[in-house]
Amino acid sequence: MSIHVTFDPRGFRRTQWREIGVRFLFGGIVTVTTGLIAKEWGPGLGGLFMAFPAIFPAAATLVAKHEDEEMERAGLQGARRASAAAALDARGAAMGAVGLMVFGAVAWKLLPTQCTTSVLIGALLAWFLVAVTLWWMRKAVRTSTWRRKHYQRKI
Amino acid sequence: MFHEIVYRFLVGGAIVSGFSVLGGLFKQRSFAGLFAAAPSVALATLSLTLARQGAHFASLESRSMIAGAAAFVVYACAVTLILARYRTKTLATTSALLVVWVATSLGLWLVFLR
Repeated sequence: MSIHVTFDPRGFRRTQWREIGVRFLFGGIVTVTTGLIAKEWGPGLGGLFMAFPAIFPAAATLVAKHEDEEMERAGLQGARRASAAAALDARGAAMGAVGLMVFGAVAWKLLPTQCTTSVLIGALLAWFLVAVTLWWMRKAVRTSTWRRKHYQRKI
Repeated sequence: MFHEIVYRFLVGGAIVSGFSVLGGLFKQRSFAGLFAAAPSVALATLSLTLARQGAHFASLESRSMIAGAAAFVVYACAVTLILARYRTKTLATTSALLVVWVATSLGLWLVFLR
């Protein structure tokens, strides 16, 4: 069984500069707010906001909007598909957030004793590995379950 | 102070939008979604905190981040469930459910980290 991830450079062309600007704005605001909260109320409370889903509502809305536009171009009603596309995006985000917990754990344990640049690179790699492994495992389980059901129906 | 705020804004904005563009380059929606929970704000914040306040402060922030990320998991699962089951409006759903993130993260912080 093979599970492929398709890299599509045309995705960049589909993204408008205004959409990138919105994400830039939200990202900047949350980073500033996190810093200010940490300064005012300490690192305990400030650290929570390093995992705030800042751009998620904007990003998911854009995913839904793109899906809706594609459906409209095809002459179909796209509202249901748009919600489904955003739900899939959120499902991926849940797996990415588990990786985010591992990122935090690596940084928490290693930052005081190790080279900080290496720790941040290592934590980033840990996030990626955990997120991708979870995604792959879920896909593998779903694919095998679907195949089993399909096979049984044929019999 | 003002310079630091501008610097944080620019670094945070650049890393967050960079990760989101990267996520948009993958066809599978759920795989692209992984990048919606990329440690972009964390990387921006930690790199600046390390330079200003040192490794101990950054380590404490990272410990709290684990609770914030756990709340993100709960939030994203709630969004998935409601959008998939009830087909509600995306912006309204994802924005309203941010309350779930705030409640979960503050709850975890009060119980385990305070």
